[in-house]
Formats: sequence, C-alpha cells, structure tokens
Amino acid sequence: MSTSAKMILVLAVITALAGAILSAWDGYTQPKIEQHRLEALQAAIADVLPAHDHYDEVQADDMTLYVGKNSANQPVGIAFRAVGSGFQGEIAMMVGVTPDFEQLTGLAILEQIETPGLGAKIQRDPSKPDDPNWFTQQFQGVRPNPEITVVKNQQPDQPNEIQAITGATISSRAVVQILNTSLEQAKQAYRTSKQQVS
Amino acid sequence: MAKQSVSLSREFGKGLWAENPVLVSLLGLCPTLAVTNSAINGLAMGLATTFVVVSSGIIISSFRKLIPHQVRIAGYIVIIATFVTLADRYLAAFYPDISKALGPYVPLIVVNCIILGRQEAFASKHHPGRAALDALGMGVGFIAVLFVLGSIRELLGSGSILSFQVLGDWWTPWMVMILPPGAFLTLGLLIGLSNWINEKRATA
Repeated sequence: MSTSAKMILVLAVITALAGAILSAWDGYTQPKIEQHRLEALQAAIADVLPAHDHYDEVQADDMTLYVGKNSANQPVGIAFRAVGSGFQGEIAMMVGVTPDFEQLTGLAILEQIETPGLGAKIQRDPSKPDDPNWFTQQFQGVRPNPEITVVKNQQPDQPNEIQAITGATISSRAVVQILNTSLEQAKQAYRTSKQQVS
Repeated sequence: MAKQSVSLSREFGKGLWAENPVLVSLLGLCPTLAVTNSAINGLAMGLATTFVVVSSGIIISSFRKLIPHQVRIAGYIVIIATFVTLADRYLAAFYPDISKALGPYVPLIVVNCIILGRQEAFASKHHPGRAALDALGMGVGFIAVLFVLGSIRELLGSGSILSFQVLGDWWTPWMVMILPPGAFLTLGLLIGLSNWINEKRATA
C-alpha cells in the first residue's frame, strides 16, 4: 500500500472510532447533563417566585417567561432570565416579579465573574456569614416604577431604592441596570403573550 | 527503542520530582495557573489530565507501529481530544459543580503540552506498559503540584482547605491569592523552593 493511502486509511479509522465512541458516550451523559440544567433552572425559579402551584413556560418576543400560577390557574408571579454586562463579564440572573410588574418578588444571581471579595458579593457576601445574600434579598418587594436606583452609604428610604455594596458600586449598578432594561422587555413580552392567547 | 536498563519504578518516579512536568519542564502552566484557586479544583483538573495522559498514552503506544510518521500528530490529537471529551462529559454529568468551576479548562486539556509532549517523547517509542507508567508518573506529579498550589491559595485566600474552614475569624483572607496574581506568586515560590532543594541535594 502506498504511503498516502495508508495515511488516509489510518486517520479515517481513528476518526471513525473516535466518532463512534463519543456518540455512544453522549447518548449516555446527555440526559444527565440536561437534568442538571433543568434542576438548576427550577431551583432558581422557585427561589424568586412567591408560593405557587406550578409554572408555565411562555415564549414571546424572543424571551422565555416562566409564569407561576396558583391552583386556580391564576398567575401569581413571573420569572425570567436576565443577562447583561457587569464589571468583568456577563451577569446572569433570575428575576421574579408580580404579574402587574409593579413589585419584585425575588432576585437570584445565576452566573457572575465579578471580582472576588468585592463585586462577587452580589451573589454571596462572605463577610456577612449570617446574611450572605443580603444584596439580592433587598430586591424583594422593591417597586420598579419609577426605575430602580442605587444609593450609596445610606439606608434606602424609597420603595424603588436599593443599597450598593461598599467598594462594588459598578457591580451593584450593573445588576440594577440589567434589571431595569430586562423588566421593560419582559413586561412587553408578557403583554404580547397575553394578546397571542386572547 | 525501549531502554531496558531503566527500571520500571524509575519510569514512574521521574514524573514526581526529577522530571516533574510543572516544576521542572514548566509545561501545562495554563491550567496550573487558571484553576488552582481552590484545592478541589486543582485536584479535579489533575485527575482529569492524568486520565487523559494515561489512556491516550496506552492507546498511542499500542498502535505506534500502525500510525504513519507523517500523520502522527493529527492522529494523536484526535485520540487525545476523544479522551478529553469523555472526561468533560463525565464531569458535567456526575460532578456539575466541579464542571462549572473548571469551565473551559477541561476542554482545553486537549492543548495541554504535557499530554502531547509525553506521546511524542515517550509513548510513541515505548511499549504500552512503560508508556502507562511514564504517563501515570507525570499525571501524579501534575496532580501533586496542582493540589499543593490549590491548597496554599485556598488556605491564604479563603482560610479553608477542601472547603473545611481551617483558619478562624482572626484570619483576614488574602483576596489576591485566589485571583490570578496569587497563582503566579505561589507558582514562582514553589518552583524556587524545588530548585533550592535540588541545589541543596547536589552540594550535599
């Protein structure tokens, strides 16, 4: 056999074997990976929505809304994923809001790569072991109308204000900005989805 | 071809210290610096890399006479990439937290020069048994350095080792240790220490 024929044959055999092994392995692991993804999503939705019986997934305006409903099938809250830029990279979060978009029911940071010790406190503040989630928890009950704003070095006294993390104003502002933009989009998408139904 | 004069225990042991891939050859520095912000991440990356270097070493050394010289690198890379993908999917399916922490650095094991280096320098010229021992030694040497590096950085940067709180409240964590500069500082000091020990031994 000529050298080039042998080269082609050997590489073809190696790649075919690799492909076969990988597709078999993918068939085995993919359902488990998908299950982890789903569990993480459900945990985040449960985290930000008020007590609900079940939730429906609604697609509208390129957005996915998770509409939490009570046992009478009435909407009690809407959760959606919001993504935007933080100080270093993308911040992804799950937002919960009442169906009239007048009050936030919860906020959970899903992914962030902010500076550990400073901006990363938006997800978990290790310097406050009793209350590591204080930053996201203060969003519960906030009224986003007018726009949510950040205050520094003082206690928030308006229903649309939240307190910034000391030393991480940019990250704090980024969360609020992502929130304000995505709330507007989600409101629009929810309106569209209701029109589609009726 | 295989030098029978080298004992099997030496074949394994050289990767641990004398030819340690990180401390002596300075190979695989990208994952070494990037994922060692905690002991568990260093350990997981070390184990995944060891799995890849050992399995691809055995396969490549078994078929070393069948793979034409001209396409050997292409062949090696496909074999290595297959094992890396197996490891990546395994971590994602069974250890989702570790998989998330290591992020893109698991797929990047493909381009870790320790792995291709061992195939080219050793597995392609020796019997599978020796290739496996050599790869295992390199892997264990790699795990050891990543684990020590990760432990030091986690201890100073978070006050814990393997997530067990070791240092009390009096300790103010050195944030810099779990950030990129901490990786460079600690690795530099470790390499310095290993060179210092070698020099001591040579003069003693």
